[in-house]
Amino acid sequence: MHFNSFTDFIAMGGYGFYVWLSFGFTFVVLLALVVSSLRRASQIKAEIFKSLDREKRITQAKEADLL
Amino acid sequence: MWKWLHPYAKAERAYQLCGTLQPWFGVISLGLLLTGTLWGLAFAPTDYQQGDSFRIIYVHVPSSILSMGAYASMAIAAFIGLVWQLRMSDLYIVAVAPVGIGFTLIALFTGAAWGKPMWGAWWVWDARLTSELILLFLYIGILSLYNAFEDKGSAGKAASILTLVGSVNLPVIHYSVEWWNTLHQGATISKLEKPSMDPSMLWPLLINLLGFGLLLGYLGCLRMRNEILEREKHRKWVKTLIAGSPQDAF
Repeated sequence: MHFNSFTDFIAMGGYGFYVWLSFGFTFVVLLALVVSSLRRASQIKAEIFKSLDREKRITQAKEADLL
Repeated sequence: MWKWLHPYAKAERAYQLCGTLQPWFGVISLGLLLTGTLWGLAFAPTDYQQGDSFRIIYVHVPSSILSMGAYASMAIAAFIGLVWQLRMSDLYIVAVAPVGIGFTLIALFTGAAWGKPMWGAWWVWDARLTSELILLFLYIGILSLYNAFEDKGSAGKAASILTLVGSVNLPVIHYSVEWWNTLHQGATISKLEKPSMDPSMLWPLLINLLGFGLLLGYLGCLRMRNEILEREKHRKWVKTLIAGSPQDAF
């Protein structure tokens, strides 16, 4: 550990504001990229699943009509 | 080699390949980023000139290099797509461009937060900073151009051409610190010369660089799969794939 205390670590030799601002921003942007991509993945799979379900019900209804 | 590569031009194979690589990229990248960041923030020694503000380098340099790396990979994909008419390369461009925007934003923002204490200004119209800002506009331009077309075939072609044309900006960014008098410091790591940094400071930087690279790989795979599903949703292989998995898995 380079710093002597946790307070020193947060202070970053007086540059704390700039250092933590940079790392914070980086974290937020990377997290936003990962979360939005994962959310889109489940969203699109759910959409396809729903339309498949709909197709299935339509064909079933048609078959029931024919009988 | 062509015989080996060609099947991956097919959507289904590309989807599977991305699915295989994605978890590896994700896990290794997370491990590297945590290690590199902790090491860089808490264990690396203080710089004799810049004090602890130099620690911004551990996010600034990897994001800057990868903002250009992502663009270079898109330019290669664009070239392949235009020459061999592969649809997968259009999808790659659209999948990776938002990641490029994120990395470029990080590079610009952390650069500003580093410039303020060192140069006394958040922003200067300097060659390096301006050309990196142009890179951001290029990414946004490519995405907007792609989305402006109804027909996705022409959309891909137009976006590919813009990507290729925009790649002249890459050497400009890279050499800007040598070609022009600039406030921006020279390269810290370079392929040919010995790095101008002590190993105790250099290691966390290299770890984070690899971590960012693999994160780009992870996001690229994940987003590429999204694009493939979106584009191929009426195909039989997608229907069997989705119908075969339980819905609560999404």
